[in-house]
Amino acid sequence: MQREVNKVEEKNENSILKRFYKSSIFWPLVCLILLLIFNLIINPGFLNIKIKSGHLFGDLIDILNHSVPLMLISLGMTIVIATQGIDISVGSIIAISACVSATILASSGSVIMAIIAGIVVGVICGMWNGMLVSFIGVQPMVGTLILYIVGRGVAQLITGGQILTFTNKSFIFIGTGYIVVPFAVYIAIACVLLIYFIMRKTALGLFVESIGVNSTASRYSGINAKKIIFSLYVICGILAGIAGIIICSNIKSADANNAGLWMELDAILATVIGGTSMNGGRFYLGGTVVGALFIQTLTTTVYSMGVAPEVILVVKALVVIAVCLLQSPNFRRIFIKKSKAVGSNYKVEKVAKV
Amino acid sequence: MSEGLIKKRKIKLNTAYISIYATVGLFLVLFIGGSILYSGFFSLQVFSNLFIDNAYLIVIAIGETFTILTAGIDLSVGAMIAFVSMITASLLKDGVNPFLVIIIVLIVGIIFGTVQGVLIQKFNLHPWIVTLAGMFFARGASYLISINTITIDNYIFSSISRFRIPIAPGTFTSINVIISLLVVVSAIYLLKYTRFGRTIYAIGGSENSAMLMGLPVAKTKILVYTFSGFCSALGGLLFTIYTLSGYGLHCNGTEMDAIAACVIGGILLTGGFGYAIGPLFGVLTTGIIQSLIMFNGTLNSWWTKIAVGMLLFIFIVLQRVIVIRNERKFVKQ
Repeated sequence: MQREVNKVEEKNENSILKRFYKSSIFWPLVCLILLLIFNLIINPGFLNIKIKSGHLFGDLIDILNHSVPLMLISLGMTIVIATQGIDISVGSIIAISACVSATILASSGSVIMAIIAGIVVGVICGMWNGMLVSFIGVQPMVGTLILYIVGRGVAQLITGGQILTFTNKSFIFIGTGYIVVPFAVYIAIACVLLIYFIMRKTALGLFVESIGVNSTASRYSGINAKKIIFSLYVICGILAGIAGIIICSNIKSADANNAGLWMELDAILATVIGGTSMNGGRFYLGGTVVGALFIQTLTTTVYSMGVAPEVILVVKALVVIAVCLLQSPNFRRIFIKKSKAVGSNYKVEKVAKV
Repeated sequence: MSEGLIKKRKIKLNTAYISIYATVGLFLVLFIGGSILYSGFFSLQVFSNLFIDNAYLIVIAIGETFTILTAGIDLSVGAMIAFVSMITASLLKDGVNPFLVIIIVLIVGIIFGTVQGVLIQKFNLHPWIVTLAGMFFARGASYLISINTITIDNYIFSSISRFRIPIAPGTFTSINVIISLLVVVSAIYLLKYTRFGRTIYAIGGSENSAMLMGLPVAKTKILVYTFSGFCSALGGLLFTIYTLSGYGLHCNGTEMDAIAACVIGGILLTGGFGYAIGPLFGVLTTGIIQSLIMFNGTLNSWWTKIAVGMLLFIFIVLQRVIVIRNERKFVKQ
């Protein structure tokens, strides 16, 4: 392994490749590409994209479309994890937001009201989490555990235990509509760009990283950690709210039990695969986007292989452990030690030949 | 000086038990309230049923307690129940000796827990991620066995399930309850009177200090997850005996119930603080809320979730108040 790397470095003096190899997005991207190649082997038509009546169709577009909700909540999860936090209530927020917007839609018929209601739910849930974590000082996992448990109960309370269905065409358009590519993809792009702008073009991203690395030190340097953490949970809530609207519009119904089920776990996985450490500090938005795409591709792969959908859990578990092991410094040390030993042998041989 | 010391010790004892006192008090209030509101609530059988219905939860909450005390977590417990129920049901269906099945299942639990512990300790992975993956794995693996429910009609299992132990006139309990109480007692013994238990508290207080003191941190942390794996396998067995079926969706979200029971029972999630008796009361309190809602009859079952969540909120805030008070006292000194 190390040898190959050395070769690559020797051959390519241009620093772009080197920088790309060193950048955090390299490994997630390699995993994604490997998975796509694997798909191409099983199903040769995998990469085909057809144009029908001005819209693009194909497996890749499908993956892109279905990964939108996951991508949104993974972005929220990433910035929260960057402050050594976690938000396990996103799945429940999705359920509440889906149920509220469906109920508003059913009662008032106004699409804009429904969308606003869904986002407001996200804001309120985010504020609740943020208040617990930043102002009361509860551990993030425990603080969001409350909403995780209560959330689905509240969602069922709103819908009265029923699955609400609706036929409003303009609302359904959010999740299923097409403008060349699925409409949801535009929402995702807008959100990614917005979060990227907030986090990388303003000082907020730096503040977040400094809180994640050392919250005490960041307080001494004059950062109001409480306010920032609070606002991050609100952002996370809003993103989950939007994801809830998209999910409920995509399946044309609001299901309090199953909307966003297991999503919080997928979001954590996407974040971790993207290279953001659970211990806080540096965060990688691009990596998270790739991570979300990776998980959705994995899901689609398993579906298209005709394996029972439940088995995907096993695959996910193994992939996650493998990725985490690759990221673990301890594991790398063992690995590198071995390859270094090989590398030095190689050098010795070279010297001997000379 | 000595007077001050005595005073301090008294206050310390109070804060240490305050969460458990609150839980027991709440339990009594709920029980008395239920007895006044609903006829037939005030009986020993209702009380005994709390144990019978929640025996498995008590056992897995004890396992969870150990991991939380070391400032870790085990999210795989709920999925392990499903996995164990599936293994048991399918092996029994194939006609394997029931006692052999029990041993196999417990060994599976121990191995599962140990692997998680090794991944967490040796490779320094986050317990959240590892046990999350464990949860996925266990759920997926139980679906690999079968997607449908498998019922158990084995004679020994069903007779264990039906066996009633009379404890008072007109009141009975089950073998499951006895086993779960045994687990609680041995957990109390382990935590309070053995070197292993005190190492756990030391790790929870500060892992670095524990390491510098020369305590076997790595070994203990792995053992804690092994114990939790064993407890979840045992809990899974109890659940399988209780329901006499195996199904991959059994106990969806039970890990959160177990964590909630620990929090309500006064186990601090930052680790190093809490007593093994606490989760028992935590489980009983959530159990009594469930029975109250059942006795009411008009409320839907999702109110249980909301009530448990609210309880969790109150107890978490209570924990914070205790911690902040302790910190202030520390600063004053």
